[in-house]
Amino acid sequence: MNPDGAEPASDVPRRAHEKRQTLATDTRRSRPVRTIVLLTILTILLPFGALLAGWQLDGKSSDNPDGASLAPGLALDLQGGTQIILQAVTSDGSEVTPEAMQEAIGVIRQRVDANGVTEAEIASQGSNQIVVEIPGVVDDETIALISKAAQMKFRPVLTVGNPIPTVQPSASPSAPGDDAEGKGDESAQGDQSRAELEKKAAEEAKDVDPTDPSDLAQITPAVQQLFDQLDCTDPKNLQGGGGDHPDRVLVTCDQTGVAKYILGPVEVDGTDLTTATSGLVPGANGTVSNEWGVTLDFDSEGATKFRETTERLTPLEPPRNQFAIVLDGLIVSAPSSNAAITNGQAVISGSFTRDSAATLANQLSFGSLPLTFDVNGQNQISATLGSEQLQRGLFAGLIGLALVVVYSLFQYRSLGLLTVMSLVVAGAMTYVVIALLSWGMGYRLSLPGIAGLIVAIGFTADSFIVYFERVRDELRDGRSLRLAVQRGWQRARRTIYAAKAVNLLSAVILYFMTVGGVRGFAFTLGLTTIIDVMVVIWFTHPVMELLAKVPFFRDGHKASGLSPDRLDVEPRYRGAGKFAGSKPVASDAPGADTPDRERELVSAQSVAPAPRAAEDGRRMTIAERRAAERKAAAEAAQNEEKH
Amino acid sequence: MARGGFAQWGNDLYTGRRSYPIIQKRGIWFSIVGLFSAASILVILVQGLNLGIDFRGGSEFTVSGVSSTDEDIALDAVGEVAPGEEPHISQVGPDAVRVQVSQLDSEGTDQLQDALAQAYGVETTEVTSNFIGPTWGQSVSMRALWGTVVFVLAAAVFMAVYFRAWRMSVAAIVAMLLDVLVSAGVYALIGWEVTPSTIIGFLTILGFSLYDKMVVFDKVRENSVALTEQTRSTYAERANLAVNQTLVRSINTSVVALLPVAGILFVGGFLLGAGTLKDISLSLFVGIAVGATSSIFLATPLDVALRESEPKIAAHTKKVMDLRAGLVAEGADESMLAAAASGSAQLVPGHHQGHEAQPKRRR
Repeated sequence: MNPDGAEPASDVPRRAHEKRQTLATDTRRSRPVRTIVLLTILTILLPFGALLAGWQLDGKSSDNPDGASLAPGLALDLQGGTQIILQAVTSDGSEVTPEAMQEAIGVIRQRVDANGVTEAEIASQGSNQIVVEIPGVVDDETIALISKAAQMKFRPVLTVGNPIPTVQPSASPSAPGDDAEGKGDESAQGDQSRAELEKKAAEEAKDVDPTDPSDLAQITPAVQQLFDQLDCTDPKNLQGGGGDHPDRVLVTCDQTGVAKYILGPVEVDGTDLTTATSGLVPGANGTVSNEWGVTLDFDSEGATKFRETTERLTPLEPPRNQFAIVLDGLIVSAPSSNAAITNGQAVISGSFTRDSAATLANQLSFGSLPLTFDVNGQNQISATLGSEQLQRGLFAGLIGLALVVVYSLFQYRSLGLLTVMSLVVAGAMTYVVIALLSWGMGYRLSLPGIAGLIVAIGFTADSFIVYFERVRDELRDGRSLRLAVQRGWQRARRTIYAAKAVNLLSAVILYFMTVGGVRGFAFTLGLTTIIDVMVVIWFTHPVMELLAKVPFFRDGHKASGLSPDRLDVEPRYRGAGKFAGSKPVASDAPGADTPDRERELVSAQSVAPAPRAAEDGRRMTIAERRAAERKAAAEAAQNEEKH
Repeated sequence: MARGGFAQWGNDLYTGRRSYPIIQKRGIWFSIVGLFSAASILVILVQGLNLGIDFRGGSEFTVSGVSSTDEDIALDAVGEVAPGEEPHISQVGPDAVRVQVSQLDSEGTDQLQDALAQAYGVETTEVTSNFIGPTWGQSVSMRALWGTVVFVLAAAVFMAVYFRAWRMSVAAIVAMLLDVLVSAGVYALIGWEVTPSTIIGFLTILGFSLYDKMVVFDKVRENSVALTEQTRSTYAERANLAVNQTLVRSINTSVVALLPVAGILFVGGFLLGAGTLKDISLSLFVGIAVGATSSIFLATPLDVALRESEPKIAAHTKKVMDLRAGLVAEGADESMLAAAASGSAQLVPGHHQGHEAQPKRRR
């Protein structure tokens, strides 16, 4: 078989395929202007309008840290602040469950918020780390307060009172969760009387010899005064904190601030609780009632202690028949004891809903963990260094962008402007999305994020390069610009989709599997990939379709980047002996040039090529080529005969 | 060639008029890559990666607003407070110094903070202190590593399905891993610290490398769509044409991708000193350059080497070669053979030359 003969067979199916593709796009008329207008409205103007509205209606201020702002929120490394990494450690080596981590975050948030810190970011990182990010400088006491272990204790209730203070304190009341020892309370200022009272209470406690933990004799005058002064409506007093002395009385608030209590010494430790589950309370005859409750299971030690407690509490008068479950210095629940619990299985019932029962069960489970927090890293970034990094980062981005602009103008001439415009559109979309996300989801732009954005310039520009090169390839095959854009797009589109799919895949997987900075980076990568694809489909391509109609580009002006001269396009035959393009046939390729290039063929087998151009530099017709071949063959045959 | 310069070069590459035997000379590239990989492994083993404080754990102090960034001042201050410490001191930006020591207790931290402030003559508030537990960087990196493993596996499956050729996916993944290895080798050689930011940089390299290989391989796929339906050129020749045709894009893309990174490297490395930007940009600069080069010189030749053992392609190659040998024996059109071998498979039909060109009766 002759290779020449085989060739048509190979090309026929491909041509048929291409024809089908062309037809397919022809049926769906492309309306470039409409696409561009829609894109501008849907992806830029609308979100930007939303952002502006948010900025006007829900503006960001010191009272409203979650409000919208035209400037995207900055992460700690750019605005300066303190980052504390807490590692949750269980003393018995048991697993830290995700629910327990959520509870731990809740407890820490409570402490941070109550400490008067605004805009603190608290997030879990990995299975057992909590990252607390606080703008500004944080002193050691605050860190100690935040990282204190959250402990759960069961204490008997001595007395209950209204949350408002009955006596005006001489100074502002301080945080509760501090008993006579009062550690970790120094952060609250102006507390002389309270600290004094606590000292006094501790001294008085030495003289009292309570008969049992419910003995009212434990309420010494100092304790009573503390109780009277305590204001549970003040959020400062609801911050919690561990460190309460287990053998002394505790004056503290209910978690929600609706009541205050004086509690006796610790009777059962939270760690003695094995499980706490929420569910419907079993009725009297083993039936299931429709009342929600929380079931507590104690281990053997806990069961013994709990039996003693309930046996003592049950006959007492209210509120002394109540026991309080104290988590992190605040009372989570204070049920009264109806009967002595002997088997270590207690049910707390009352006016629970399904959700509130589940919440309490979660809190109790968390409290039952012997969980402590190790400060595993503490990172302070000065505000000046942060803003310097931001400025330099943006500067770097601008330099990079300028270089890309210069290079694409050099490579693609005025077509390079389309690259620049597309990059600007992509930049605008990225800005709006990030500003919206920082409003809606609390996204914070970090330095790795900015680096990701700068790198994304290269990735994004590549889709335009792939597209332009395909269009040029089609032009080189001698197609008109309109057709070259259509077919080049079909081919480029597939490549762009496939390659961007890999990028998106990596971004999604990295986002869900990693933590910290890597995660922020993956987010920017994924975001820019999606925006990139949107821009190339809905902006670059439609604009290119429009440009294909502009004479400057259509006729291949020298500065258009698509000139036939630069692309070495063979003049297209239009029929009737006429060629497309302004140039006459003869000047297409100077005769001296073509053979020169032919010789430059760098090939594994160096074979002298047969002339493909006639004397006047014009490409030979098939007939002329055949004739030349026959001539060469005849000469070769003659040579053979001579030998 | 003189006319049009780069654009003309691109045209010649596209039509196959000019062709570099990249696939044919794959032995050379493989040995170069082997050499580089071995050197990288050697460098990493001998010199080791300079792990940053996030992996070692320790205390870090940043003194900003200093008038002199002399390292000896810090050295003396550390020597006074914590004798026996071997501090890592580096300049951060034009007027800041970073001092890293092994982990100090809070008392020692305060002392060193005061000492540094005094030594540099700045307010104590200008000295920030950090400390990082040794497990912090590790736990982050371990998660990143697992994420990467899953991502590479997923990408391999995606490519195998997309190209319908698992060998192509293997070639891309192997080439990508070697890219990362060589980048890590360069990083170890320069001896900059490995920080979590470096890890992010390497992840980007992975992404970019795979992305670039996707684009090049898609061109190979496009060129070899109807491979077995023709007998002019082999898979290797088609692939070579693809590599040549995509050369202009590869150069443009790597330049465009490298320019912003060069911007960060310049700003990060020379104006800011140590920090996230510098750590990311160096690994990126090396990685993107290596990744783009390897798509051409390693991934595609590797793909050809692997796929030539695919029964269908092996049979096709043999058929083409036999035919060609037959043609050579017949002394047929040699220009055609050269064109086919160089990948210039594009047949250019003659134009209609008008009525003038129609056959005429000989006079």
